[in-house]
Amino acid sequence: MNENPLDLLPEVLLGASAVLGLLLGAWLPRRRQWLTGALAAVACVAGIAAAVAAAPGPMAAFDGAFAIDPVTATARVVILGGTLLVLVLGRIAYRADPRETEFYVLLQLAALGALLLAGAQDLLLLAAAYLLASVPSYTLAGFRKDGPGTEAALKYYVVGALLGVMMLTGITVLFAAGRATAYPALAGGLATAPTGLVAAGVVGLLAGVLFKAGGVPCHFWVPDAVQGSTPAVAAFLATLPKIGALAALYRLAAVPLSATDVPWPALIAVLATASMTLGNLAAFFQTDVRRLLAYSTISQVGYLLIPIAVTGRSDQAQPALLYYLAGYALTNLGAFAVVCALPRARALDDYRGLLRRHPALALSLVVCLLGLLGTPPTAVFLGKLQVFTAAVDGGYTWLAVVAAVNTVASLFYYLRWIQPAVAGARADADAGAGAGADAGADAARTLTVRRPAALLACAAAAASVVLGIAGGPVLDLLGGPLVR
Amino acid sequence: MLTALVLLPAAAAVLLLCLPRSTPRTAFRVVWVAVSAAVLALALAVWAGYRDAGGIQYETHARWIPSAGIGYHIGVDGLSLPLLALTAVLFLACSVHALRGTHRVREFAALFLFLETTCLGLFAALDLILFFVFFDLSIVAMYFIIAGWGHKGAGRAALYFFLYTFLGSLALLLGFIGLYLAAEPHTFDMVALTAQNPLAGRSAYGALVLLALGIGLAVKTPTVPFHTWLPPAHTEAPAEGSAILAGVLLKMGTYGFLRIALPMLPEAWRSYALVFVVVGVVSVLHGALVALAQTEFKRMIAYTSVNHMGYIVLAIGAAAAAGGSTGDARRLAVTGATYQMVSHGLLTGALFLLAGVLYERGRTYDMGAYSGVAATAPVFAALTGVAAFASLGLPGFSGFIAEFQILTGSLGPRPVATGLAVLGILLTAALFLRALQRIFLGPLRLPEAPGTARPFADIRAHEGVAIVPLLALAVVLGLAPRFVLDVIEPASRDVLELLAR
Repeated sequence: MNENPLDLLPEVLLGASAVLGLLLGAWLPRRRQWLTGALAAVACVAGIAAAVAAAPGPMAAFDGAFAIDPVTATARVVILGGTLLVLVLGRIAYRADPRETEFYVLLQLAALGALLLAGAQDLLLLAAAYLLASVPSYTLAGFRKDGPGTEAALKYYVVGALLGVMMLTGITVLFAAGRATAYPALAGGLATAPTGLVAAGVVGLLAGVLFKAGGVPCHFWVPDAVQGSTPAVAAFLATLPKIGALAALYRLAAVPLSATDVPWPALIAVLATASMTLGNLAAFFQTDVRRLLAYSTISQVGYLLIPIAVTGRSDQAQPALLYYLAGYALTNLGAFAVVCALPRARALDDYRGLLRRHPALALSLVVCLLGLLGTPPTAVFLGKLQVFTAAVDGGYTWLAVVAAVNTVASLFYYLRWIQPAVAGARADADAGAGAGADAGADAARTLTVRRPAALLACAAAAASVVLGIAGGPVLDLLGGPLVR
Repeated sequence: MLTALVLLPAAAAVLLLCLPRSTPRTAFRVVWVAVSAAVLALALAVWAGYRDAGGIQYETHARWIPSAGIGYHIGVDGLSLPLLALTAVLFLACSVHALRGTHRVREFAALFLFLETTCLGLFAALDLILFFVFFDLSIVAMYFIIAGWGHKGAGRAALYFFLYTFLGSLALLLGFIGLYLAAEPHTFDMVALTAQNPLAGRSAYGALVLLALGIGLAVKTPTVPFHTWLPPAHTEAPAEGSAILAGVLLKMGTYGFLRIALPMLPEAWRSYALVFVVVGVVSVLHGALVALAQTEFKRMIAYTSVNHMGYIVLAIGAAAAAGGSTGDARRLAVTGATYQMVSHGLLTGALFLLAGVLYERGRTYDMGAYSGVAATAPVFAALTGVAAFASLGLPGFSGFIAEFQILTGSLGPRPVATGLAVLGILLTAALFLRALQRIFLGPLRLPEAPGTARPFADIRAHEGVAIVPLLALAVVLGLAPRFVLDVIEPASRDVLELLAR
């Protein structure tokens, strides 16, 4: 029996810092609330250190309810690192806001939920983690208390509640079929259970997991939540819960579902196709940058589902998924950091002339968007290469072809954003001297930059390139065995 | 040394971007020309140290991402060395030609230097992923050049170019993955894959991989039916961009065939060589016929590129023909194909730079708008005439040596196809003569568009310095081809040996 809380040190630290931050925030003056943010940042950094230092080998903690293996370790590092980035972005946006502390606390709790999703080794813990990841997120989505924010929160909540119930139903059915909730025991139980029952349970479970991941057909909340909430929150919602959810799905696929007859790989392959295709098609003619990024994340979930579909058929699946997750999180947060750095620029056209005014920021935007596309030598390229390789290796060549075609399609809308950003100043600025000066001043106002966020964007872009070039040692760490 | 050659331009690009805003424009131009010249010097030094015996030289092999089978492996052999030198020459010519440019000089120079790194890196790469990295980055850099410095419709043309060639690059990537998974142990290393011939005896798998590679490389070459991105991209691109696009980037496709498809998929290539022969002949004829119908000078040159690249595809298709008696002929075909890459790079680069001169004076490429230009700009007319005659394959120029070898080499194995391809030369001759006659002869008439009030000025010094050496080199290669052929021939013999497995 293993109930050593030190095994869960990153999670414990984050939870403790959230609770402590809540208490502290109640007593601190408004100008000092940043202390709670600093506390959260320290918790994240310490958590990353603990995750890196933890034993890599597969180990089950707390009666096998929580797994500690490469999947958990990667998810910990990526989620905590991402949370750190979002904390900084939030600090820039909510400086001396009356509710600054609340933001930090909610963010930490939601991140904690994502961490637990990634490590859950028991269906009941998975359900609890789902709720922990969701409830603070609903609040975060409506954090601004305005019209779009309320709509975002409401949509997010309603969809989340519905799909959460479906997930609980699925868990109940799987429990009935497999007579256990812990994955290793469940794996044995499901192998002999009636296929129809298991299939029904899997579909219910998928509903919840895909909701957190933001994949088709549970993606309806994504565009509204990302567009309606503040950019910092959007960056979080669009990136980090996905990591927990996809790690959880991978674990489900690799352990309890590995021995069943249910054709879940085919189902996931179809969902992956739907996710990337619909996400891309919907992103084509968006004019709001956040909505465009939202649809782009939906399509990215499609690529991320590919290695899950070939789990067990290709040794490459696990490193491919984990590496892609890390690269994607970094690149996507970089793109959102650019959005945060230009709070007044909302439409694609507002970015016109960015290269001239802020060359470094424009360059970061180009690197991040081309990175999301999978242009070498960024991290997502190596991730995509691994994913395609895993797909072909696992016998899903058609899925790799679909993903390649979709990648070309996605180029179109990323270029719709890049083109104005690198183009010269607004065309009407050259029209007349007086009008030109006005338009120039307008553009200057639209492109007011928040310097810390811009720095963060540059750092993320640079890091995504470095991670891509120095991907060798990282890849070596991602292939270890899971708890079975 | 090779690594330094490849990375020098990119390092200079970073340096340019880091210079303060107050730096005078002249500084950017000087750095650009100086770095291009240094690259050329390095390339010549590599050539000087290259032994004609063949094989891969200047090899560097370092671990990069071993768990994914990716390594940093570069080197040169007889196929890549001439192309490396061509790249260095053309980029230097472009940097000189752009000396008078005023629009965002710093970014233009930085992009070109970055593009030079990707081109050099691609020709030096001996790892499929390294090859792919440079392949993709060259597309990205060219996209920004067309979109940022092109003419009116550049945005659309650049988008079309990027989408189309990116599709090709992903097809290529899928093919690479197929090769990687077939090899045991899995690797992306070109030398290891070539030695292993991993798809021997697996014809269906080999055919699929060849299909993916074929589409990817055919888009880049481009051959019919994948050539439709080329004319708009060329028409809208700035002169220097066009020169590099046609002179260097198109060669990546045909180089890929010789470097990857033939040696790594010999069986599949032999089975489907006829497809490439047909595609080559169709490209030759289609390119020439459509070029004949063009009224715009630059668009016409763009289509002649399709025609000239078609000869290369024909030659490498014919090289796979069975039968021992045609061995010498096939070697001639492969050598001619490589020679044609160099020759076409020089001539088409010069032609596009000349088209840029025409546009700069008259603000249009429409041949109907000009007449009798030879009277006011004799040097320009003479240079264009020389370039056109060289391009249509007149003896004494490099194009003749290349096309003669290709046609002689292909005639034995593929007589019908070669017979048809000869018609292409006739058509090219007709279209170039007609273009020369329209623009340069007859009564003087110049386009009347805004900004063209001044008379048609003759070639300026910087334009002459950029264009004349390209034509001079074409003459040198046409009169004394031996020093290049000595480098190419051992490599083409190696390729044929690998193909015969």
